[in-house]
Amino acid sequence: MKPFMAVIARDLHLAVRQGGATFLALVFFLLTVTLFPLGIGPEPAILARIAPGVLWVAALLAAMLSLDRLFQADFEDGSLEQLTLSGLPLGAIVLAKTIAHWLTTGLPLLLAAPILAVLLNMDSEGFAALLLTMLIGTPALSLIGAIGAALTLTVRRGGVLLSLLVLPLYIPVLIFGVSAIDAAVHGLNAKPHVLLLTALTLAAIPLCPWAAAAAVKLSLE
Amino acid sequence: MFEGRDIACERGERRIFSGLNFRISPGQALVLRGPNGSGKTSLLRIAATLLRIAAGRLTWNGVDVAEDPEKHRTRLHFIGHQDAVKGALTVRENIATWTRIRGSSGDRIGSAMMAFDISHLADTPAQYLSAGQHRRTALARLVASPAALWLLDEPTVSLDSDGTACLQQAIMDHRAAKGMVMAATHIELGLDDVNILQLTPQ
Amino acid sequence: MSMHYFANPTRFTRLAERIQPWAEGLAGVLLVVGLYLALVEAPADYQQGDTVRIMFVHVPSAWMAMFCYSFLAVASAIALIWKHPLADLAAKASAPIGAGFTFLALVTGSLWGKPMWGTWWVWDARLTSVLILFFLYLGYMALWQAIEDGQKAAKAAAVLALVGAVNVPIIKFSVDWWNTLHQPASVLRMDGPAIHPSMLWPLLIMALAFKAYFVALLLVRMRMELNLRRIRALQLAERTT
Repeated sequence: MKPFMAVIARDLHLAVRQGGATFLALVFFLLTVTLFPLGIGPEPAILARIAPGVLWVAALLAAMLSLDRLFQADFEDGSLEQLTLSGLPLGAIVLAKTIAHWLTTGLPLLLAAPILAVLLNMDSEGFAALLLTMLIGTPALSLIGAIGAALTLTVRRGGVLLSLLVLPLYIPVLIFGVSAIDAAVHGLNAKPHVLLLTALTLAAIPLCPWAAAAAVKLSLE
Repeated sequence: MFEGRDIACERGERRIFSGLNFRISPGQALVLRGPNGSGKTSLLRIAATLLRIAAGRLTWNGVDVAEDPEKHRTRLHFIGHQDAVKGALTVRENIATWTRIRGSSGDRIGSAMMAFDISHLADTPAQYLSAGQHRRTALARLVASPAALWLLDEPTVSLDSDGTACLQQAIMDHRAAKGMVMAATHIELGLDDVNILQLTPQ
Repeated sequence: MSMHYFANPTRFTRLAERIQPWAEGLAGVLLVVGLYLALVEAPADYQQGDTVRIMFVHVPSAWMAMFCYSFLAVASAIALIWKHPLADLAAKASAPIGAGFTFLALVTGSLWGKPMWGTWWVWDARLTSVLILFFLYLGYMALWQAIEDGQKAAKAAAVLALVGAVNVPIIKFSVDWWNTLHQPASVLRMDGPAIHPSMLWPLLIMALAFKAYFVALLLVRMRMELNLRRIRALQLAERTT
């Protein structure tokens, strides 16, 4: 257990020291959300209607753009190789790094979401659902994204390819997340949507690190 | 005892070598010699289970390494071409991170830094260090946490003569404690009583 | 005769050479028959008129889009688990064919939708799922292209194919979910009326025609891939001697 926590601690330590990544993700989140009133018009009723979808799409894109720092830097300076040799199973290493990624990307997005929801005039009934779906859904974004990040490790400028691979896989998370908030806003039962989202994330926890580890192993050979 | 029998290696779609045999007993050092492309790095990576063997067996005290590769990795240190040193962390933090991830206690970090003469840089962020100092930081890992087998791929790159001397001393101490070394180097490491494995390109 | 019997490229090429003309012929015949039945014999729909005939291309294309992805996923699994040397080749060769059928399904879906609902595109559950499947195909092909080392590309693509295969039912379910939430009243279905026997035959024959075409094209592409590999091996040997 201690080596596992040490991997998470290392990534967090580096994120704090190097700074910037979390801040950039938050700024991107804010900027993207800002584009919508500018593009569609500031009419409050329309913004309220599209708010859940816009928030989730923007969060999803912000999470995706931060994926390349999950493995790339460590791959390039030999740290990923050394992590493989540490005695921890590669799946555990991937899971640890994914947890650290969520703590430095997903969690801040989750905390910023209600503020941005206010900007989009989202109905107050939706806030609880927004926080809950982001809490459950953003880990899934990190987990699924890890697979894409691992597959594109050896590809130069693999960022766009990463988007192509990962965005279709994000669609179920998007759909369940937004429909839960929509249901809450309209006074309907949000539980089925939340349960489906939870099922997705729970299934992703064992499966995604395993697939990502297989892809990392390929890149290191 | 670490042994390899009939090892064959393929990279891409080419066979780099085949039918390779070696044996390292506790306290011994095996030096790999050969021209570029003869597979020295590949053999070291195979020994570290980073690269899959195309044929043959690796055994540790008679037990096939492939049965539990994770356990095998805890027995070795691998120093490759890259240093795995993070610029944002200090020298001490760099070494400490790796010892913690390997599950070792941190009480040998001080002596590791002394062994490679970087104690005065302990609290300097690695981004301000030279390539040679980076290398010393990477090599300090060898001493900071214990491992029976040291796999070194051109360890003296970017080291000056003092740094090379530190490495020689570290290897000597390791061998005296019954540790094993497999190293690819064309520099005379000044080690006595080494076995040489000559690799020839196919 | 185990699966690995055909692992030998020469043996495979000989087998492919024998099967290919039959597959091509069968595809041609079935296509002619199917199109005749679809365009001439089958009755026009009382509501949609003759435009319903697009269904005979659209529905089998959508079926083929799914079928090709399943084929790709199974071939990838065989490549990863049993390490059959031709399996990743088969997967790679089938991807553009599947993508082509997917594109055909999207285009015919669009053409069908225009007279029906007046718009060139409609976000119904099936069309949306097919569009996402198209992205999965594109991603798979892009990954093959992007990784330079052929063997690594094969393994990475196989992992991606299996990840995609696991996700396809999840994506389909979530898109259906999304669709019913947003279209409660008029459930848009690109199915046309209930399947009448005179409609069933052309549909099945077109489906079979597409499958035969897939086999023929797959064999062509696999032989092409094998030749490319041979050329690369020769070039590699030439450079090192």
